[in-house]
Amino acid sequence: MIFHLSALPDIVNPLFWILGAPLAGATLLAALPSWRAAGLVNIAVSVITFGGSLGLFVHRPAATRLFFIDDFNIYLVVLTAFVGLTTAIFSAAYIARETEAQRLTPLHLRFYHSMYQAFLFTMLLALTANNTGVMWVAVEAATLTTVLMVSLYRTREAIEAAWKYFILCSVGIGLALFGTILVYLAAEPVMGDGPDAMAWTLLIGRAAAFQPDLLNLAFVFVLVGYGTKVGLAPLHAWLPDAHAEGPTPISAVLSGLLLNVALYALLRFKMLLSANGHTLTPGPLMVMMGLSSLFLSGFMLYRRGDVKRLFAYSSIEHMGVVTFAFGMGGSLANFAGLLHMTMHSLTKSAIFFAVGILTQNSGTKRIAEIRGLTASHPVLGWAFLLAVLAIAGLPPMGVFMSEFLVVGSTFARQPLLAVPLVIGLLLAFGALISRVQGMAFGEASPARGGYAPASAGASLAAYGPMLAHLALVLVAGLYLPGPLVSWFQSVAKVLG
Amino acid sequence: MLPQASPHASYEIAHLIGATVLMAGFGLLYQRRLQAVLNTFAFQAMALAAAAGWQAHIQNAPHLWATAGIALVFKAILVPFALHWLVERLGIHRTVETALSIGWTMVVGVALVALSILLVLPVTAGAAALTRESLALAMSVVLLGLLMMITRHNAVTQVVGFMALENGLILAAVSAKGMPLVVEISVAFSVLVAMTLFGIFFFRIRERFDTLDLHYLETYRGDRQ
Repeated sequence: MIFHLSALPDIVNPLFWILGAPLAGATLLAALPSWRAAGLVNIAVSVITFGGSLGLFVHRPAATRLFFIDDFNIYLVVLTAFVGLTTAIFSAAYIARETEAQRLTPLHLRFYHSMYQAFLFTMLLALTANNTGVMWVAVEAATLTTVLMVSLYRTREAIEAAWKYFILCSVGIGLALFGTILVYLAAEPVMGDGPDAMAWTLLIGRAAAFQPDLLNLAFVFVLVGYGTKVGLAPLHAWLPDAHAEGPTPISAVLSGLLLNVALYALLRFKMLLSANGHTLTPGPLMVMMGLSSLFLSGFMLYRRGDVKRLFAYSSIEHMGVVTFAFGMGGSLANFAGLLHMTMHSLTKSAIFFAVGILTQNSGTKRIAEIRGLTASHPVLGWAFLLAVLAIAGLPPMGVFMSEFLVVGSTFARQPLLAVPLVIGLLLAFGALISRVQGMAFGEASPARGGYAPASAGASLAAYGPMLAHLALVLVAGLYLPGPLVSWFQSVAKVLG
Repeated sequence: MLPQASPHASYEIAHLIGATVLMAGFGLLYQRRLQAVLNTFAFQAMALAAAAGWQAHIQNAPHLWATAGIALVFKAILVPFALHWLVERLGIHRTVETALSIGWTMVVGVALVALSILLVLPVTAGAAALTRESLALAMSVVLLGLLMMITRHNAVTQVVGFMALENGLILAAVSAKGMPLVVEISVAFSVLVAMTLFGIFFFRIRERFDTLDLHYLETYRGDRQ
């Protein structure tokens, strides 16, 4: 079915810029031969996208059959555009050093920059699509673009990671499509044939009349399908490899953005079930998967020898916590889940920025070979330490506050569930602290095999995004502005 | 245009074609030679094209003809042809390596079909008869594809398993009355499959990396201490 041109948004519509800029950027970057120029164009395009996303606050477009913006997805669109922008800035510095060390050829880089924008486009499309099918196509395309980027280094490990990612996530995506078809079948007798029965804005209003059994079956497929992409245990096997073997900016957007988008898709379906009222309650399933992710990663964190894998497992842990919070439901737990999603995105991408710089400095990803960062690179070392303490959940950072809220709301509603939650969080905390201690302190390991030091400008581009994210997380931990809180609260109510 | 059949006969034919797709799904499980697997897959894709074409006719939905065309040209002709060429070019093992013996695979396959019928028929009591049974068939094909991916080694059989799973999804999508975006979804899948074939060729993936065995991978990468 071809969409009518009249359905496309016009120039003043922020959506036009949010979706148009990355799409045009992907095409332009594919044709641009100079990688230095490509890095700058990549940043410029991301600035336009981010500007467009801020425009949503001024002018929120009305929902069409194709796109919609509501309180829930507007915040994820802004977050995605923001992290997309900061990662583009970091990426320019990272790529410059990789290229000088001759790890990447100009052709690879052209491909990389084009795919980066294509990836941002697919994620923003998945977030704004007012159609279950379009959302599915967008998530599938996001898988494809990231598979291509994970395999960028063409080493045996990278190709193996990409293949594993591809196979597992394709199956996941396939099952999610089956769930999507089942939701359509549940909606079709009520809504009639055609696109109406796939539009989120229309479905949610009449979900009470859908056949509950069919929705139950659909949710199981959707949970397993999109859950694979969220990286929930036991479907997480692709995640550590994909994070470890791809370029570090890609690890940052995988952890910070893609997992959120997959969880967003899952939550939209959960909202349908909640609106129906006669279905099984999706909460316990999500609580179970959340807890199993938390425990699995909590134990796995102790055995990691590779620094990127370490933080990939930490992403599984945090997505577990977020899924747990949304599974608990209720406005406080949902609020905590939303806040934790945001804090995790910002903190984890900051960590990957730091990891990118430090692996380039030392030329290794082995934790055991990275020592005494605070002595050898004070700014990087302390920022890295601060970011890891933040993700481990120490006050006064934002992650502490959101984890505290998750635990608090669980104690209030299901005290017994709070016990495993706290144990899981402490497990992960201990692992991260014991790992980071050796990396941050002690005698600096002699630099060998590291890349040449970066120029002043490149260092600024590499450090800036990391420090900006950390500042935001710190501020959020100390003081959340009133309007932001009331807005999160309104979203939390919608989530049910 | 074919003459409009009576509703009853048109259901029977739709179910017959759907059952053919399912039988081909079983066929994929008991082949011992790679060439035979590819031929069986081509047959399944042809049956899927027929199913999509029949649905286009009885639902009076011309866009489904595009889905039928994609299934016929891309999946039944181009992909098997490309895979035959790949097997020859890369010198991939011609026999199918199984993780679970063929007899047991069949037993599990039958159990999965029974499971999907038991699961789908009760929950779709309100839906049209056409949709109900097609959905049960489609879900069986999806689960058999999954089973094939789990129990067969090497990249080619794994990709064939994925495409069989996808055939089941397309069968479900065309059977859902008036579902939009079916063409877009089949195009999206075709791009995915084309990329995989390209990946196999480009990176010369002869065997499945022991994909699901995390333990092996981590030892290999030196992630253990």
